[in-house]
Formats: sequence, structure tokens, C-alpha cells
Amino acid sequence: MKRETGQVMLEIRGLHASVEGNEILKGVDLTVHVGEVHAIMGPNGSGKSTLAQVLAGHPAYQVTAGTARYLGTDLLGLKPEERAREGVFLAFQYPVAIRGITNSYFLRSAVNALRKHQGLPELDPLDFLQVLEEKLKAIGWDDTMLNRAVNEGFSGGEKKRNEILQLAVLEPTLAILDETDSGLDIDALKTVADAVNKLRRPDRSFVIVTHYQRLLNYIIPDHVHVLVGGRIVKSGGKALALELEEKGYDWVKPEGAGAAT
Amino acid sequence: MTAHFVDQYKAFAANGGGGAPAWLRDLREGAIARFAAAGFPSTRQEQWRFTNVRPVAETPFTLSGGHWDFGRVPAGALVTTLGEALHRWPDLVRAHLGRYASVDANPFTALATAFLAEGVFVHIPARTVIAEPIALTYRPPSPPPAPSGGGRPMTHPRVLVVLEREAQAKLVESYEGEPHGVSLTNAVTEIVLGDAARLDHCRVQREGEQGYHFATTQSHQARDSRLVFTTIALGSGLSRHDINGVLDGTGAYLILNGLSVLAGTQHVDHHTTIDHAQPHCESHEYFNGVFDGASRGVFNGRIIVRPGAQRTDSKQTNNNLLLSDGARADSQPQLEIYADDVKCTHGSTVGPLDQTALFYLRSRGLGLAAARGLLTYGFGAEILDRVAIPGTRERLDHLVRTRLGVGDEIGRAA
Repeated sequence: MKRETGQVMLEIRGLHASVEGNEILKGVDLTVHVGEVHAIMGPNGSGKSTLAQVLAGHPAYQVTAGTARYLGTDLLGLKPEERAREGVFLAFQYPVAIRGITNSYFLRSAVNALRKHQGLPELDPLDFLQVLEEKLKAIGWDDTMLNRAVNEGFSGGEKKRNEILQLAVLEPTLAILDETDSGLDIDALKTVADAVNKLRRPDRSFVIVTHYQRLLNYIIPDHVHVLVGGRIVKSGGKALALELEEKGYDWVKPEGAGAAT
Repeated sequence: MTAHFVDQYKAFAANGGGGAPAWLRDLREGAIARFAAAGFPSTRQEQWRFTNVRPVAETPFTLSGGHWDFGRVPAGALVTTLGEALHRWPDLVRAHLGRYASVDANPFTALATAFLAEGVFVHIPARTVIAEPIALTYRPPSPPPAPSGGGRPMTHPRVLVVLEREAQAKLVESYEGEPHGVSLTNAVTEIVLGDAARLDHCRVQREGEQGYHFATTQSHQARDSRLVFTTIALGSGLSRHDINGVLDGTGAYLILNGLSVLAGTQHVDHHTTIDHAQPHCESHEYFNGVFDGASRGVFNGRIIVRPGAQRTDSKQTNNNLLLSDGARADSQPQLEIYADDVKCTHGSTVGPLDQTALFYLRSRGLGLAAARGLLTYGFGAEILDRVAIPGTRERLDHLVRTRLGVGDEIGRAA
């Protein structure tokens, strides 16, 4: 798909979503253009992570109303794996451990699933190792995580780094980072943010979901949105994040829109 | 039905029992007396709660002989039949045979000891390092075609493995059977490790799915010895394997790995006991089970820390994956700790494929079938990756893939 600056990459209109009968998203509107970095902030339970999961296609969430178009296609009509193959990537808030499967094998399976979709030949282990080494070099990381089982026994920081490594290797068009900063100390945060900055490209967009302004000192967003009670109640530039840090979320809460639990 | 088995024994003993020495005849007599007194266990007994042995007790098995294959014996190792060993190294065999596997603990061990005749003796002299794996393969006799009824074979293969001080070896013990027909394999293996001896031992059970497989593996470790024992259970309709390890010298180290992959109406029961008899010993236990169809897995992991066995470090995990609604797994840890300065942890899981993990893999572009295959294979690979015997990891990988229906393209190391 053609991607040019100024083109709309993601357009969400009136999105409502529920989990186990509880409505979490209550009419989200969001437009992300090609190459932009959007931060979505909000208090606990506002629906930030739900939005991220819904965009990636988590089967536990039901979309009850609204649309989400990604480069012109109906994103919500695609299976999770189809979204991934079309270039949508979610960095998980809580990455999952996969016993018995090495990280390098997992990465190669994912890359080959994408390549197959693109009509490219699959990479054998040796070719893939070369690709992997280039990617690691590009973000300045070593290969210590590759031969361990996926996220098995990883520290919190290692798990988050592993998500960013996957981002680097899978080269998505739209990267959604779900609280990638939570639980990280300042050094780990800088490491992750530095890698994300190196992965910014004119034809790649980011949606960064975060609870804290801190991350946005290192990854400078083009737009900041405040999600409260399942709706985006305020949008602005990077200065909005600082304002939120200073004043908290109470001043942006709209009339009658209590936070979801 | 105990009487039928005792009658079989009387006929066996009257035939001379293979010309055994007096001490072995005494050992057998004691064992059959123990079996006759105890009888077959019932599900009312705690250790047999989940495994009903009535089908075995009610089958009039006929004592038979199977076939052991040693493959090529590496230079420096002694691998021979028990009969030969009794003849040529009587004192060495007598010093160990039947000394560890208790006839009181399990009636099947008593029965196997009563019929003790066929088997293998492996001996590695002190300070001898054998790099090449020793392969022992057992095949029970072919059962007669089903309609003919009687004459279903029972065999009692016995293995004695002795590593003298500072010896090292790798051993693969396989039980392979015919796909059809009812037979009973009732095996006992005793493993004795001298000071600082090291053994990598892998046991593979893939007998026919209509057969019964009962087994006891009993290990005894002296100080600073290291045993890595891995058991892979793929076959048999009803199987029970007791694995008992005694850490009887300071600094002894035991790793116990297990993988069961079952389908249909197969049943496997692993009862493990790790006995920390001395201080500063370490044991790690990792058992995974994958159960499809209406198959069933039982895991009971007992850890005993004796008084004075301070600084014991023991870890046990048992993870069970249920691939169908009809499959079932029961997991029970059993910790008996009589020392105060110890570290003992255990954990177990039973459940279907993790939905979050499936979503995680799909969100990286893997289709649903590939994601399921990868997660399922990972359950097996986690245990197979612990097998450090050259060539064996690969052979087992193939067997486990076939059993799981997971293609060669999934899970290959990158």
C-alpha cells in the first residue's frame, strides 16, 4: 500500500468496545497521518490499553459500534494475524512467555509469516541471523535475548526491550506501544526510547499509550490525546503532556464522563 | 487374581529360574512373598488413587521373554546381559542388584523382582569417561493376535547401571513395542552413582497403545555425583512409572525431566520421590504433559528432606496442556520437610492453550494453526532441550512432532 506524508494512516470514528459486557470505549475518534507520533494518555481505567488491544484484534473485546480504517481498509474486519501482515504492530503491556520456543525462532516465524504474505521467499536460519544482527546493530543492542525462550524468565525491562526488538525486526507501518514505559527504571526507559527514536521513519506512524509523561521527554510526540471514560476528551501538541503532568487529569474530565473502572 | 501371578512364579522357580545363585533365589522368594501379601494395589490406596490396575490384575498373563539390544558398546564400558554378569562378575552384581528398588514400596516392583532374570548390566569403572552414548533397547515379545485370547505375554526387564567413582556416561534406555495386542512390561531399573560420577540418562517408552507398562526407576547417588534423568512417555495404553531418587551424599545433584504426550484413551501416571538424605544436595524436577483426546495424566511429586539435610535446594514444576475437553491431568506435589534451612519450591499448571499467548503469536502474523502448533510444540521442546545426549534430542524431536502432529517447519532452532 502506498504511504505518503499527509495521507491518513489510521482513522477511528465513534469506536465503542466492550469486554465481558462492560463498555470500555464509548466513542473514540482519532486520526493519525503517515509519519506522525501520537501519544494517548489518561488515568487508570480510561480505556487506553483497550484501545490498543482492539486495534490489534484481541478476541476478548467486542466492537459494538464505530469504525477503524487503516490505510483505507476496514481494520476491524481483519483477523489479528491479517492486521500484523498488513503492517500493524502492538507492543504488549504484558508480553507473554512462550515455553520451549527460542526468541530467535519466534522472530523468524513472524518475519516469514510476513514475507509469505508479501510474496517474498522465506528466510532460512542463516539468512535470518544476518538480518537480525543488522537490526540489533541499528538499535545498538546485543543478542543476549535471542537464544532464550520467548520472555521466559525475562526481567520487566528485558520483556519491554524484546517488544521493541520485534518492532525493529517486523518493520510495521503502524506501531502501537501499550505502556511500554511502565515498570521501567530511567536507564531502561532511555534505552527503549532511544531504540524507538531510531525506528521513527517518515512512512511509519506510532501510537504511544502511556500513563506517564516521562516517556514523552524522550520520544517527542506530534500530538497528545487525553482519553478519559472511553473517549478522547482533549487533544493538543506536546505541551499538553507537560500540562497533564503538572495538573493531573481531573481538569480535563468532561461533564458526566466518569472514568471507567 | 494375585494367585495366578504366584502360580506363574512357582512354575518359574520350579524350572530352576535360570540357574540363579542362592542369594538371587532368596531375593525372588522374598519378593513374591511380599507381592502375595500386598496383592495388586487398589484405587483406595492413596498412591494409586488415579490409576486403576484391575485390567492388569484380571488378565492371565503368561511369563515370557523379550529382547534386549545393546547396539554398539563404546570402548571402556561394560554392557552385558544380567545372566552373563551374574556368571562372570557375581560379587559386583550381588553388591547392587535389588539393593535399591524396594519390594515394599510398590507391588509391581515386588513382582518384577520375583521374576528377576532377564536384563542388562552396565558398569563403568572408576574414573572412566565414556563420551559415546550407550543405547539399550527393549522389545517385549509380540502378543498373539487378539481373538486367540490367552497367552498374553508378561515380561520383567531389569537394568542395573553402576558408575564407579568419577566415572561418566550417557545412556539411552528405550522400550519399544508392537502397535497392537495386549502385553505387560513390568520393568525395574536401578542406577548407582559413586562419588562424583556423572550420568545423563534418557528413558523412552513407546510401547503399543493396547499394552500395559509398569516401571520403577530407582537411583542412588553418592557425594558430588550428578544425574540427569529424562523420561519420555509416548506409548502404552496404561502406564505407571515410579521414579525414586536418593541423594545420599553431600553435594549430590539430580535433575529429573519428564515429558508425556498422550492421545486417545491412554493413561500415564508418574510418581516421583526425591529423597534428600544428606545436606547440600540439589534437585530440579521439570515434568510437562500434553494430553489430547480422552487421555489422562497423573503426576505426583514427592520430595523428602530428611532431618539434617540442611541447605537442600529443591525445585519442582509440572505443567500440563489439555488439547481437548475430554483430556484430564491431575498434579499433586507432596513435600515432607524435616530440616529448617532448606529451599523447596513447587508449582503446577493444568489447562488448555493460553488464549493470551495465542493472541500474542497471532499479533505477530502467525495464523491460528501455526500459533497453536508452536505453543503445543513448545511444551515438548522445553523438556527435549534438556536432553544433552548427542543424536537423542533430534530423534526424540521427530517422535514428539509425529505424536503432536506438528510439522517439521514449526519450532526448528533458528
